Amino acid sequence: MRSIWRHRLFWPVVALLTLIAVNSIARPNFIKLRVRDGELFGAIITILRDSAPLMLVALGMTIVIATRGIDLSVGAIMAVSGAVALTIIDGSDDPGNLATVLIAVVVAILVSMVLGVWNGFLVSVLGIQPIIATLVLMLAGRGVALLITGGFITTVNSEPFSYIATGYLFVLPFAFFISVAAITVIGLVERRTALGVLTEAVGINPEASRLAGVRSRGIIWGAYIVSGTLAGLAGILYASNIRAADANAAGVFIELYAILAVVLGGTSLNGGKFSIAGTVIGVLIIQTLDSTILFLGVPSAQSPVFFAVVVVVVVVVQSPRIRNALGRMSRSRKPKAAVAAAVVEDKQKAEVGR
Amino acid sequence: MRPLLELTGATVRFGADAALDRVDFRLFPGEVHSLMGENGAGKSTLIKAITGALPLDEGELRLEGDHVAFASPHEAQAAGISTVYQEIEVLPNLSVAENICLGREPRRGGVISTRLMQARAREILLDLGLDIDPASMLGQHSVAVQQLVAIARAISTDVRILVLDEPTSSLDLDEVGELFRVIRDLKSRGVAILFVSHFLDQVYEICDRVTVLRDGAFVGEYLTTELLRIDLVQKMLGRDVADLKERDHPDDAGPEAAVVLRARGVTARHGIADADVDLGEGEVLGVAGLLGSGRTSLARALTGVTRTDAGTISVEGEDVHLDSPRRGMALGIVYSSEDRRRDGIVAELSVLDNITLALQSERGVLRQIPAARRRELAASWVEALDIRPPDLDRPAGTLSGGNQQKVLLARLLALSPRVLVLDEPTRGIDVGAKVEIQNLVGELADNGMSVIFISAELEEVLRVGDRVAVVRDGRIVRTAPAGLLTADSLLALVAQPDEDGE
Repeated sequence: MRSIWRHRLFWPVVALLTLIAVNSIARPNFIKLRVRDGELFGAIITILRDSAPLMLVALGMTIVIATRGIDLSVGAIMAVSGAVALTIIDGSDDPGNLATVLIAVVVAILVSMVLGVWNGFLVSVLGIQPIIATLVLMLAGRGVALLITGGFITTVNSEPFSYIATGYLFVLPFAFFISVAAITVIGLVERRTALGVLTEAVGINPEASRLAGVRSRGIIWGAYIVSGTLAGLAGILYASNIRAADANAAGVFIELYAILAVVLGGTSLNGGKFSIAGTVIGVLIIQTLDSTILFLGVPSAQSPVFFAVVVVVVVVVQSPRIRNALGRMSRSRKPKAAVAAAVVEDKQKAEVGR
Repeated sequence: MRPLLELTGATVRFGADAALDRVDFRLFPGEVHSLMGENGAGKSTLIKAITGALPLDEGELRLEGDHVAFASPHEAQAAGISTVYQEIEVLPNLSVAENICLGREPRRGGVISTRLMQARAREILLDLGLDIDPASMLGQHSVAVQQLVAIARAISTDVRILVLDEPTSSLDLDEVGELFRVIRDLKSRGVAILFVSHFLDQVYEICDRVTVLRDGAFVGEYLTTELLRIDLVQKMLGRDVADLKERDHPDDAGPEAAVVLRARGVTARHGIADADVDLGEGEVLGVAGLLGSGRTSLARALTGVTRTDAGTISVEGEDVHLDSPRRGMALGIVYSSEDRRRDGIVAELSVLDNITLALQSERGVLRQIPAARRRELAASWVEALDIRPPDLDRPAGTLSGGNQQKVLLARLLALSPRVLVLDEPTRGIDVGAKVEIQNLVGELADNGMSVIFISAELEEVLRVGDRVAVVRDGRIVRTAPAGLLTADSLLALVAQPDEDGE
């Protein structure tokens, strides 16, 4: 029991379950699933579908954060990716052709990958601070996207392209499968190869890792490439959903929500230990919260405040001091260690604050 | 005379284990008192109990005869007990003056006065004999200076008791001298100083009294003038010192076996110039030199950690181009850094991950060592090197210094290297682990591994090395068989320029 309590995903899972419970009580329709034409519908399905872009971006962000970095350019990369894809489709003779759409998607993702290579180059080769390095593209990216679309919002009418975000495969939304595929691939690559532990080593102590022969440059560079690529895919999903490339609206603030999802999932911004499962839960919390706000009819002007309150609660509950305090209340078997830990922590805080 | 601080029957438990078991401790005004013991003896726990970082489970703490119980380090500090911890706790991104006056910034009209602050900092620094600009960023100074600034901060208040936990572990001889001058000065002002150090020389030089702890229990309190060094070590270890194995050193000058690593004219800017090294198979080359002498630059240049600006390095007769630690590892040359915490251990990763880190990165990202094989491998090293506690999943940063060093050694030895370069592997670790590591180096060499062993302790270099290279002012000034040197002659080589004044 104690091990479950102390598990680092304990609080994120509790937060998610609480949100789901609150929603289920407030609106019984929330957990209901309806089948129409062999396709599933319902609030939960919508959440899974709509969370796909944030999921992709947050997965990439998790890896970047694990290396002690941050990628602020993901929203801008989404805009570029959407602009590239729609410009290709729009310029073709047959926008509804599957081959055209495939080419457009592949080219858009390749362009995003190149942007990731650029970010990684700035950070790992030139040694520029990640926040500055990716800020460059964050600011310039939307301009590039506008340049590609000629300053307009490019719209297309293409069945195969719309399918990506709104279509169904078997009984579930296609976008959900993209999420699952990304989670699976990232999860497997990180844990079934040595990439995960080497990434953590680089994030925790870059110099020690270098002395241990770890190719830290490649690992850091790779993280930004993965982040860029996933952001490109997220841009496709966004553009597909609205059937347009809107360089000014695509992925606005998504970098901040992605960072929030990573942090809610228990990965420290200081780098090092990371949790893919935690990020997935973090994304679902954010998306469920979004849906809750919509349902509760919170005026859109006030919704950020409501959002912030919930996030503050979740983050506070996860903070080490509150955890220790709660742990002390619930466990009377070994109170000494908890007190000692809290005391030591107090001491460290006092040292810094002095 | 009444003790300034008196601890009686102090007991601190962590769960079922007593980290401190009915320990008595007294500290008199105007004395320097040392706390001695192996790791796990309870030194840190005792310090924490005095400084309010840990509550006592049993026993009593008296300050000038009055019963006190500090709820926090703040309260202890208010009562005049200042502490400088082993891990340097300074803020490198603030100026020297800001670090010294942190939390007690002098104000003028409610506003922090930078000028007053710098003047005050300069005064305190001059007191310490440290001539640095108080306005400069602390981070740009050496570790040693940062340490002295931490001490400056501790003594900038009205301090009655000063606790120094391993204050000299990153200082060179001159700086230690400076520190001791400051300690003597504070002592003459009636300050009681608790000085914890692994360096016996320093303890004997500066301390009036020693309290020895072993396994959390009180062994005894002695006057340093009445306690023989060998007796002190024996009391700390609780066993005979006989297991310090003497190695047989060959007498001739060059390495007798085939040369594995040969360096000619190796130069790394601002570090080492024109260094020639021959390292034979199964040989231990001791390197003696002061901090900043170039001993670390030499080690780093030979292992590819830093690039060389000139010179050639050959391994078994073939010239090699060492441009990264990774390349060095591929050639079987590995390096263990002098600074475990900064560039050795990956603190939050488990012992298991730390031990297998180098081997895994050598194999590459895609070829993950199978989980069962990894555990088996790490467990065998934990057993072979007696790493304690033998818990593979524990974060490596929570181990004691000696055990962290062993984890690092395991990481490198798992690569089956031909040349092992150890930069101060025994710095800041307890006597027991030190002896184990020295003996291990001997065994490795007997099994054919070539080792370069750097240490600030001359006796250790002489005992462990077959030959000794002396580094001074960025040059190797002499290489000689250990048998031809004594600690005194080595000291002369390390410390003084030649008579002809180079």
